[in-house]
Amino acid sequence: MTARLVGTSPNRVGGFGRVSGLQEYVADIRIPDVLEGKLVTLDCARARIISIDTSEAEQVPGVRLVMTAADLPQPMPRFGPQLEDRPVIAVGETKYHGEPVAIVAAETKDAAAEGARLVHVEYEELPAVFTVAAALDPAAPLVQDPSLRPNDKFASTNVLREHRVGWGDVDAGKADLVIENSYSFPIVTHFAIEPHAFMAAPDGNGIAVWSSIQHPNWLQKILAKLLGLPLSKVRVYAPDPGGGFGGKQHTKYEPLVAYAALKAGRPVRLILSLEESFQAARRAACEIGVRTGFTADGKIVFQDVKADYLIGAYTDIADRVVGKGSYPAAGPYNVPAVRILARSILSHTLPSTAFRGFGNPQVNWAVESNLDEGARALGIDRLEIRLRNLARKGDAFIPFDTPADGDWDQAVRRAADLIGWDQPLAPGHGRGIAVGIKSGPTTGLSYSTVRLLGDGSVVVLAGTSDMGQGARTILAQIAAEELGAPLDSIAIVMGDTAIVPYDQQTSASRSTVLMGNSVLMACRSIQSQIRTMAARLHEVDESDISVERGVVKLPDRQLTILEVLKPGLGRLGGELTGNGEMRKDAEPNHPLSGAPAFFEFNCTAIEAEVDEGTGDITILRHVTVSDVGKAINPLQVRMQDEGAAIQGLGHTLMEHYIFDESGRIRNLGAIDYRIPTSMDLPLELRSETIENEDGPGPYGSKGMSEGALLCVAPAVAAAVRDACGAVIRDLPLSPERVWQALQERGDQVATGRKGR
Amino acid sequence: MEMRSIDIVVNGRGRSLEVAVHHTLLDALRDDLELTGTKECCLVGECGACTVMVDGRIVDSCLMLAVEADGAEILTVEGLAQDGQLSPLQQAFLDKGAVQCGFCTPGQLVAAQALLDGNADPSVPEIQEGLAGNLCRCGCYFQITEAVLSAAEGGHR
Repeated sequence: MTARLVGTSPNRVGGFGRVSGLQEYVADIRIPDVLEGKLVTLDCARARIISIDTSEAEQVPGVRLVMTAADLPQPMPRFGPQLEDRPVIAVGETKYHGEPVAIVAAETKDAAAEGARLVHVEYEELPAVFTVAAALDPAAPLVQDPSLRPNDKFASTNVLREHRVGWGDVDAGKADLVIENSYSFPIVTHFAIEPHAFMAAPDGNGIAVWSSIQHPNWLQKILAKLLGLPLSKVRVYAPDPGGGFGGKQHTKYEPLVAYAALKAGRPVRLILSLEESFQAARRAACEIGVRTGFTADGKIVFQDVKADYLIGAYTDIADRVVGKGSYPAAGPYNVPAVRILARSILSHTLPSTAFRGFGNPQVNWAVESNLDEGARALGIDRLEIRLRNLARKGDAFIPFDTPADGDWDQAVRRAADLIGWDQPLAPGHGRGIAVGIKSGPTTGLSYSTVRLLGDGSVVVLAGTSDMGQGARTILAQIAAEELGAPLDSIAIVMGDTAIVPYDQQTSASRSTVLMGNSVLMACRSIQSQIRTMAARLHEVDESDISVERGVVKLPDRQLTILEVLKPGLGRLGGELTGNGEMRKDAEPNHPLSGAPAFFEFNCTAIEAEVDEGTGDITILRHVTVSDVGKAINPLQVRMQDEGAAIQGLGHTLMEHYIFDESGRIRNLGAIDYRIPTSMDLPLELRSETIENEDGPGPYGSKGMSEGALLCVAPAVAAAVRDACGAVIRDLPLSPERVWQALQERGDQVATGRKGR
Repeated sequence: MEMRSIDIVVNGRGRSLEVAVHHTLLDALRDDLELTGTKECCLVGECGACTVMVDGRIVDSCLMLAVEADGAEILTVEGLAQDGQLSPLQQAFLDKGAVQCGFCTPGQLVAAQALLDGNADPSVPEIQEGLAGNLCRCGCYFQITEAVLSAAEGGHR
């Protein structure tokens, strides 16, 4: 009998390489003859390119290639996961600060840098828009050429798309109290410690591409289409990314590097600097107006939400973020009337993309904060108002969608207990509580192959990317559990599209559920083959044999899988192979093209103290409780939950991009853009889970990697207000902003003490 | 390009190499010696991913010229394990869940080892302050602290 592995926390699969320095990220891979790439960019956001003189750069010893738009097919190939609007390289006009106009490839990094410096670009800076207000001005310059947007009613505006969802009649709602406020959420960036890295090499009559990407199969499709190659001739290697957080989901400069390699006839690599990574991926800023109607006893009558997301110059996946992120804006509450209007607003800024939370943290910040305003005005406890409105399991809180799929009130009550909601507060301390919800994956397709080798060891081929969340460990635990193999005899193979079967993507906290189920299916297929083998070997009817979690149960005895496998395979040996296919098809009539496989639900509670002299916030206690269904690896769950919480503290307390009048990012890089360090932590961080084994994943699991980030900001802001009366509706809650709010608080202190 | 020869001891092994005078120690380790365990991120001494020990003191190798290391003894993450056996600190990082994506881990480990070398019994605030120059975007800070405490208990008391 093997000990059960599910629910335990063995050492991370792939951990040895990570602590020994042997783990190879893209920048660590050396292939012979590789040229070093360097991007050429302009010192402003939007500019008309008048001419590019590459002659001096080409004279630099070691420079082998200087490629501009003129060297690429015409019209310029465009790509994107949602709309094909992004050119391989800027053509005619740059649209954001950092958009490349040329790439230099040279024998050394020094030569590439020198060559890039000597590419002379004559350009004329053009009027540009960097804010929602500027982009919506009727006189604003258009970010996208209307000719690229045929049959689009918004083509002559900077609105890319509108997303409307709702139910009930908001205007007819009879409310005793209506609270209306505006909130803002700034541009923040992923800041994975591994900057984005790309490499491409001609490979026979195809191409091989290495990328720190989360979605290798999606990249393969995009490259095959751009280059006119069959999928089989585009081999994508995707080594484990050094942090992704959504920023590495979609294709960025891989096409450019691939064209450069094909033109140079040699491998080319492009390792971005951190500053260039800042210019490659970020979260959408958002301006949110919320009008919430309440009854006198604190029931929500309606939610009327308008959210303008500031996306970039090209779509990337940003519009999906807007649509999917705004969709559950009314929260996990039973609200009879809801009207949500979310807009994707184009601007001359770098493309926004997926980022942990996927558009939800922005609207959650506003809607949860507005709920607190209602509670205070009504004199109702802020925990109580949430419990009064919270959807209970099975409630169709979004009428046409997956019903509430967890005992969410358990999570809320647990978080309240852990923060000591009913306990007296020390003077100068304040508490806040908030909940967050996010739709899980709405479609999905994850294939896997599991090979049970002749000695009982196992190879799992799975196209998930392990970017730190620990997918290798989870999949290994599942395979070990089902096939009775020791965990250290499981090999997990990922990140090579020539070998590993198709996986749609690693996003939306899906992999434990979707790829986990796929691997489970593949293991079950092997179990079925073992059953047939055992029946043959022991002359027992198959129906009298069961195989469960590595144990073969015959009528008169129990055997291990290996005890059946070895004689079953016979003298020649061999192996058994099982395939898994986990499919979640699109639903054409659903507003999101599919109901979510699960919801991520989190409750965060904060106790904070404010230094009224400096505006500095100290988080005394930070409690996060997530409904995870079942923690297959409790330590990894805690790590993801705490990691999400700390990342949430980043955008809550300190992170934001600052643009100048030319659209240049003024705080580009690690000195001026601060993320939480070991000195910025809550004094105490407590992460707990609700595990009712009610999820759609293996053993009742749900996805859980984003929940603890969703509602950090409203919980912290509520604690700050509770502590000192400062009302802040714009993130981040930087010391100067808190200090300013303290100067302006006036009679808000009295209001603030009315409720709790 | 002006070159200079330097002699350094890296992880106990003497190395002689020709380096460009403007190249950093990080360049020399990664590009010349192909010791890619030391990571490159911010290049301005803020993130700590490139942390190595130079004569027993932690240094952001992106801020030190290779020529300045001439004659020095350097320890990188590759030098922590002995004969394929992880050090107690490395093992503690795995046991306590101090590693997620792993990209900051080499720098964290070297900085933590230097901390333990100088203070066998650090307090939580001392660990947090000692590792304040090593960013972890996965947010493993509490687990890293636990790992350092655990290694201190196991290895230094």
